[in-house]
Amino acid sequence: MDWSGLLFGPDGWGGLLLKGAGVTILLAISTLPLGFGGGLALALLKFAPYRTVRTGSEACITFFRGTPDLLVLFIVYFGLQALVDRVEKALAVDAHIELNAFAAGVVALSAVAAAYSSEVWFSALAAVPSSQLDAARALGLNKRQILFAVLLPQICPITLPGLGNIWNSLLKDTSIVSTIAVVDLLRAASEASRSTARPILFYGAAAAVYVVFGVASAMVQRRIEVRFDKKAAT
Amino acid sequence: MMPGHLPDYLQEYLAILDVALLSSYGLRLLQGLCVTIEIAAISCALGFVLAYAICAARMSGNVVLTGIALCYVTFFRATPLLCLLYLFYYGAGELRPLLTSLGLWGAFREALFCCVLALTLNTAAYQAEIMRGALGSVPGAQVEAARALGLSKFRIQRHVVWPQALRVALRPFGNEIIGVIKASSLVAMVTVLDLMGQTRAIFAATFDFSIYLYAALLYLIMTELVRRATAAVEQAWSRHLAVAVEAAGN
Repeated sequence: MDWSGLLFGPDGWGGLLLKGAGVTILLAISTLPLGFGGGLALALLKFAPYRTVRTGSEACITFFRGTPDLLVLFIVYFGLQALVDRVEKALAVDAHIELNAFAAGVVALSAVAAAYSSEVWFSALAAVPSSQLDAARALGLNKRQILFAVLLPQICPITLPGLGNIWNSLLKDTSIVSTIAVVDLLRAASEASRSTARPILFYGAAAAVYVVFGVASAMVQRRIEVRFDKKAAT
Repeated sequence: MMPGHLPDYLQEYLAILDVALLSSYGLRLLQGLCVTIEIAAISCALGFVLAYAICAARMSGNVVLTGIALCYVTFFRATPLLCLLYLFYYGAGELRPLLTSLGLWGAFREALFCCVLALTLNTAAYQAEIMRGALGSVPGAQVEAARALGLSKFRIQRHVVWPQALRVALRPFGNEIIGVIKASSLVAMVTVLDLMGQTRAIFAATFDFSIYLYAALLYLIMTELVRRATAAVEQAWSRHLAVAVEAAGN
């Protein structure tokens, strides 16, 4: 077996694979704020006093949990592009705006991560006794203060394992953006294997890198959880 | 095809859901749906059998077997399914001489076979973890008690361990089935014409975006059905627990 294809330099594909791995990590990290923040927002909306708002949040979660990620990605990518085209036509703009595939990936993955993480946030929020809210209100705290000073500090440690699981699957789900021509780790492996006709070597290497990512993030998660447990114990 | 009595702005809004599209491509969409259900059902069933073997190896107490099972679960849970699909589908082509000599090329040449193989191996890793958690949740003292009563190994599994473990595993299993249905959409990337594949083909032919929304609706119906069925079975299986809670309350 000839492994030289994985080397760096002009004849090797190591550079491209490394770049792709960087894009994969970058994509996963870019998804986090929107995904987890959106999930928290969806969870808070489920406590809204209006039924329409609650149902809307519920419908959003059901849709993004029940639809394949790949389909969500295509709906975002082609749907937004169709929307942009329509707006262009309506405004009679000459310049053609092409949607950034990376951004579409972030939006689609965020929507899915938000739907999944909302369940985690919701159950953690529901576990906070309502007397705490009464007390916070009696102290004259406003809604934002209640959220950031009372609720989040205590539910964050509880949500860690759940959010960690979502991060783990997100790390793998980023691979679907390779289908809309974002050169992530999997796409880099595809390109390398197509040029060299060595699919087993390159897809195997990509799989190995994903495994390394997965194992590494599991280790980091365990460390963070231990630290939070220690904090809670003192 | 649009109802005539709606105001103009609403009709324009509804135009995004093109009904005429369904009359010409609906059948192909349904054909794709059947392929999706087929792939998901076969993979889930085979995955369950394989998961049982992996779970047994993991809990066997044998260091080598446990190690192999652990490696398997770690690898297949950390690798994206799309990567596995490409590995099997394109990798089979690279290994063609070897596969031909083994008489397996006929199977590996079919994209559908590679897809079912990849999905099965993938879901087996997840199902093995679910099974391990569920079996581990049954107190060991119960097995000892059953053994003391003189029940055979099979009877202990059949009448003591599994009925309780299945109740714990039901919800995660339901989620896993939903996961497989959703993940099966990736097979469209290696030329299989499942629901997703048909949808892409129709979109390529018509450039009508609403076909994606129809596909999403079909996926939603499937996953919601599984979710509700799981919830119904769960309720039926835990009815006696609700009675017990009520009795304890009184």
